[in-house]
Amino acid sequence: MTEREPAYIAGAFEHPTREAPDKSTMQLHAEVAKGALADAGLSKDDVNGLFTAGVPEYQSGLSPLVIADYLGIDASYVDTTDYGGSSYIAHVGHAVSAIRDGKCDVALITLAGRPRSRGQATGSGAREIRTVQDSFERIYGATNITMYGMAAQRHMHEHGTTAEQLAEIRVAASQHAQYNDDAMFQDPVTVEDVVESRVVADPLHLLDCCVISDGGGALVLVSEDVRDDLDREAVEVLGHGEAPSHHDAGRIDITRTGAESSGERAFAEAGLGPADIDYASIYDSFTITVLEAIEDLGFCEKGEGGEFVEGGTLQAPDGDLPFNTDGGGLCSNHPANRGGMTKVIEAVRQLRGEANPEVQVDADIALAHGTGGSIATRHGAATVVLGGEGR
Amino acid sequence: MTWEPRPVPEVNPETDRYWQAASSGELLVQECADCGLVYHYPRSLCPDCFSEKVEWREASGRGEVYSYSTARTMSGWPEDDLPLVVAYVELDEGPRIMTNIDADPEDVAIGARVEVRFVDTEDEDVSIPVFVPADA
Repeated sequence: MTEREPAYIAGAFEHPTREAPDKSTMQLHAEVAKGALADAGLSKDDVNGLFTAGVPEYQSGLSPLVIADYLGIDASYVDTTDYGGSSYIAHVGHAVSAIRDGKCDVALITLAGRPRSRGQATGSGAREIRTVQDSFERIYGATNITMYGMAAQRHMHEHGTTAEQLAEIRVAASQHAQYNDDAMFQDPVTVEDVVESRVVADPLHLLDCCVISDGGGALVLVSEDVRDDLDREAVEVLGHGEAPSHHDAGRIDITRTGAESSGERAFAEAGLGPADIDYASIYDSFTITVLEAIEDLGFCEKGEGGEFVEGGTLQAPDGDLPFNTDGGGLCSNHPANRGGMTKVIEAVRQLRGEANPEVQVDADIALAHGTGGSIATRHGAATVVLGGEGR
Repeated sequence: MTWEPRPVPEVNPETDRYWQAASSGELLVQECADCGLVYHYPRSLCPDCFSEKVEWREASGRGEVYSYSTARTMSGWPEDDLPLVVAYVELDEGPRIMTNIDADPEDVAIGARVEVRFVDTEDEDVSIPVFVPADA
C-alpha cells in the first residue's frame, strides 16, 4: 500500500437537543460547528474546508452557499455530496482526500435539521414526484418504511430471519440508551415489547423504527501538521469506502446493500478486517438496516445476521460486536432524519474513552457505517474505519 | 374509478409511450438490441451498454411477487386506499418493478403469481399498472 499522509478527526460534537421549536436550522448548524471547533481547540477562522449535505428547509443545490454565508466561513474547498443519512460518513472520507491533496487543512462537516418541530411524517409520508424514478415508485406509495419493510420481508423469506431477531437490535440499542441522558427513549425494552408494538409496514413494528428528532452534529478533520499543535486526542481515519447502490435496471437484490463494497473498500484501505473492529456504529434507520449491514460488512455470512444478533452480541460492553452505544437512531437521536453524523461521533467517543462509562468498550479500532436513502431502491453506503491514539 | 387523488407520474418524452401503452392495456418493457438487456424503467440509452438501439416490447403482464410490505398508515395518502400493499413484482421477462397489489393483504405472499391490471387516471393517455393475484 502506498504511504499516505494521515488525517484526523480532531473535533466532534453532538447537539444535546432533540426538539428545538425555538431555534432555526441554520442556528443549529452554527451551534454544532462552534461545539466541534471548541472540542478540537480550533477557531472558526481556522476552517478552510466546508462539508455538508442538503439543507432540507432551504433551496436545494445552494446549501454550501447558504451555510458559508450564514457561518461566515471562507473556504478553499467545498463538498456537498448528498445521498441521505450516510452523506456525513462519506464527507469524512472526502475531507481526508482534500486534506491529503493540500486543498484544506481544517475541514468542518455539519448537519442540522428540525423534522420533529416541523411535524414531518418522515418515514411514512408520501412525497411529491421530483425525480425520474419517483414516477415509477412514489406513485405507488413507496415510502421509506414500506421500502425497508419490503427488504425485511424478503430477508425473512430467503433466510428465515424472524421479527424477534430484528427486535434484538432494538433491545441492544435500548440497553445503551438508558445511560444516555440526552436519548429520546431511555427505558430498556424487551423483544416482546418490540414485536407487540403496532405494525407500521409489515413486517416492521413501531419499535423497529428510529426516532424523529431535531438537532445536529459536527466534525472537524485536520492534517497531521494541525493535529500536532492541538492538545486534544485525535482519531485517525484509517480507511474509507463508498458505494452508491441502485435499482440496477430491475435486477435489484433488496437483501444486499452497498456495504458489501463500501466495507470492503474501507477495510482494504485500512489494511484491516471485520475481526479487528472493537466497536461499530451502524446506521439504524430501521432494525433491518443494521441486520443487512452487519452481514454485508462481513461480521457474519449473508443470511446469518438474525442468528448473529441473538444473545446480546451487540450489547456493550461484553458483546462480541458492541454497537451504537449512545442508543443510536433507534433510541437516542436521528437529527434531520440523517443518522450518519451521530454514528461517527459515537465512534470518536469510544476511541477517546469518552462514551458513557457503563457502555465504554476497550476500543482501539472502530467502524462507522451508513445506509442513506432507501435500501429497496437507491442508497448511498459509506464506511469509515477509525483508529484511536492508544492503538 | 380513477387513480387520483394518489400521485400521478410526470410524463416525459422518454416515458410517454410507456404510460400511453398502459392506457391501451399494454405493459411495456424495453430491450437492448445490442446486449439483450430487458429493463425497467424506460430509458433511451441502454443502462448496461449505452446503446441507443433500444426497442419497446410488450410484456406478458405476468410475474411473481418478489417482495411486499403493507402500509397501515401513510401521511398524505387517501385514507380509503389503506392498508396499501406496496410490492416489487418480478416480471416473467426479468425486471423487478415497483407496483401495488390490489388484493387483501392476507392473500399476498412472496412468490405468488400475479398479473397486471390498469387503473385509469384523469389523463386519458396515462394509466397505472398494478397487479392482482393470477387466479383472481
